Amino acid sequence: MRKWLLAMGVVLGLSALAQTGKLEIFSWWAGDEGPALEALIRLYKQKYPNVEVINATVTGGAGVNAKAVLKTRMLGGDPPDSFQVHAGMELIGTWVVANRMEDLTGLFRQEGWLQAFPKGLIDLISYKGGIWSVPVNIHRSNVMWYIPAKLREWGVNPPRTWAEFLSICQTLKGKGLQAPLALGENWTQQHLWESVALALLGPDGWSNLWNGKLKFTDPKAVAVWETFGKVLDCANKDAAGLSWQQAVDRVVAGQAAFNIMGDWAAGYMATTLKLRPGTDFAWAPSPGTSGVFMMLSDSFGLPKGAKNRQNALNWLRLVGSKEGQDVFNPLKGSIAARLDSDPAKYNAYGQAAMRDWKSNRIVGSLVHGAVAPESFMSQFGTVMEIFLQGRNPQAAANAAQAIADQVGLGR
Amino acid sequence: MRDRITAFLVLLPSLVAVAIFVYGFIGQNLWVSLTDWGKNPAQALALRPELRFVGLDNYRELFTGFVDMRFRQSAVNLIFFTLFFMAGSLGLGLLLAIALDRGPRGEGFFRTVFLFPMALSFVVTGTIWRWLLQPQGGVNVLPTLFGLPPLAFPWLTTRQQALVFDWNLLPFYTALVVGLVLLYVAWRAHREGERGRRFWSLLSGGVLLLWAFTLGRSTQLLPYPEPHGFSLALVGVILAAVWQMSGYTMALYLAGLRGIPVEVLEAAKVDGASEWQTYRHVILPLLAPITLSAMIVLGHIALKIFDLIFAMAGLDYAPTDVPAIYMYLLAFRGNQFAKGAAIGILLLLLVAVVVIPYLASQLRKEVRR
Repeated sequence: MRKWLLAMGVVLGLSALAQTGKLEIFSWWAGDEGPALEALIRLYKQKYPNVEVINATVTGGAGVNAKAVLKTRMLGGDPPDSFQVHAGMELIGTWVVANRMEDLTGLFRQEGWLQAFPKGLIDLISYKGGIWSVPVNIHRSNVMWYIPAKLREWGVNPPRTWAEFLSICQTLKGKGLQAPLALGENWTQQHLWESVALALLGPDGWSNLWNGKLKFTDPKAVAVWETFGKVLDCANKDAAGLSWQQAVDRVVAGQAAFNIMGDWAAGYMATTLKLRPGTDFAWAPSPGTSGVFMMLSDSFGLPKGAKNRQNALNWLRLVGSKEGQDVFNPLKGSIAARLDSDPAKYNAYGQAAMRDWKSNRIVGSLVHGAVAPESFMSQFGTVMEIFLQGRNPQAAANAAQAIADQVGLGR
Repeated sequence: MRDRITAFLVLLPSLVAVAIFVYGFIGQNLWVSLTDWGKNPAQALALRPELRFVGLDNYRELFTGFVDMRFRQSAVNLIFFTLFFMAGSLGLGLLLAIALDRGPRGEGFFRTVFLFPMALSFVVTGTIWRWLLQPQGGVNVLPTLFGLPPLAFPWLTTRQQALVFDWNLLPFYTALVVGLVLLYVAWRAHREGERGRRFWSLLSGGVLLLWAFTLGRSTQLLPYPEPHGFSLALVGVILAAVWQMSGYTMALYLAGLRGIPVEVLEAAKVDGASEWQTYRHVILPLLAPITLSAMIVLGHIALKIFDLIFAMAGLDYAPTDVPAIYMYLLAFRGNQFAKGAAIGILLLLLVAVVVIPYLASQLRKEVRR
């Protein structure tokens, strides 16, 4: 009997000890987003107490600095065990085509994730028959933010199309509001562009732009730049000097009526500015995009040659689980990528976004890495500069198409 | 003999290190800039990327390709930034030095105050000046302290350009400038009586100018006109850079001024030179070597500028772009490693143009001694 117990003890001990060693996670989540990652790591340590987790973060919004560091590490043959990457073409166009990632289809089958995640999302992270990363959160790009009390004061309603927006813009300018739309530095201008483009092209046209079926020089796509130019005339002239938070501040202070920004703005207003979602500030899909959810997602993948592969796989299991996503997302201010997460853990904005996530048509964001490879995305800033310099829709469209041809977009 | 072997052995480690880590990597960079690394995404970040030799394609694209318009603007920005930054720092530094040289009260205090900005890093300077140059605050509200209306210049956020020219005229302007410099060299040689040098510089300068005015004007780099000019958004950046570095030139000039022998100045006074004449004909010529070294130091700082603009305007703002920033964007965001390497080589050549004549003249002087 005692021998049996001893043997049992040894076996149990071994299975707990089985997961030892290290796990290095590479991300750009520091500062405001740090606590969410730490909560996830704590959960991992509860499950695998013998694994030493190395939290390698490189600060810088949207990973601007982290991606450069990651590239040098990968080129030097020193991949981290798992790294954060925007789900979609940013991962596929850079790492999957270069044959540096492991196919995770097996893991998705094993964990039943093919049903747990919406199909639109699975399509975005699939390429050549494989699934390449585990999405941990979802943000929405096409959201318009406003202060209901201010709109009542001015006597206007949130616009539902861009034409309506432009007429409201004139009304507000007549009432002495110089810049009805608050806008920030370069990337927030691209962010505005993708909302305008989605509205004018529709979800199908938007997707066709990225698979090469619709050319940037098509009259429909050129028209996007024309409308975009008119929308810019409603925005503040000092945009280039403002961060996205400062642009949101303008709306909160009543210097502007609307701001188009991803739903991290909800986190900023609710947590940092202590405003109540739904009453102090409110939101609507950006004009003309009702019923469409333009998503971006952070995900984790498994690079080939990871030193602690088994630990990394366990990390991915946790990241994709209901438990892991519901620990991470309320702190991060995003919603879970899974369809079965618990609404009670999220605030009013999060609950509304979760309803839309389940019912809306899902498309991917350009600026945040879902639909176009980095080689296109990084040069899209140049296209934007060409447009801002000359305000010539055709020139911008030509440049965009030239870059698309150069990088082989859609091939 | 023994000494020689010891000397060689002592020098060997640093020779090997420099050979590998400086010249080896420059060589590798040159090789990468002649390949297609980054064109094919499947190879860009592969574990062992296969690189194909493409000759000077990357360079050609940078100067004449449709999508690299941003590189050309950044190159123009860099030239203007370097010129104005050097002129500003030298001019302001000289003025401060002359003022302090006259020994006002609290000279030591002011010397420290003016020199202090140099101790800061460009990132700190950039952040402070970004705040000061916000269109609705800082520098622009300064006049209201004296009851004047606030300034309306939008500083970093402006998209205006001055001195706009067509990129297609670049060969013409380049030939014009180089030709004029060569004519100046010929004139100097003429005064110094060096006939050989006079002949060759006159000949090459003349040929260049002739080419500029005949064929140069009709050379087409691009099939369409492409205007580039001095972005006024750079004015703020130049202001910050001058603020930071003029203390340094002040210190150099001050040392120079203190080093001028009193006898010389007194001799000038005895000869009846006015104050202005003393500066013009005695002091400034004696400061010329200092100006030259200051220009070299400032010039290579200006050509390598990255951090100041990174902190003031970020990477994505084309009006304040410089090649170093565009290189970073192309290589590390766009995965276009070969093109990034090509920009790196171009920057190296630019710095070499500034530094090598200086080093050559220094070496010649040492040999003469």
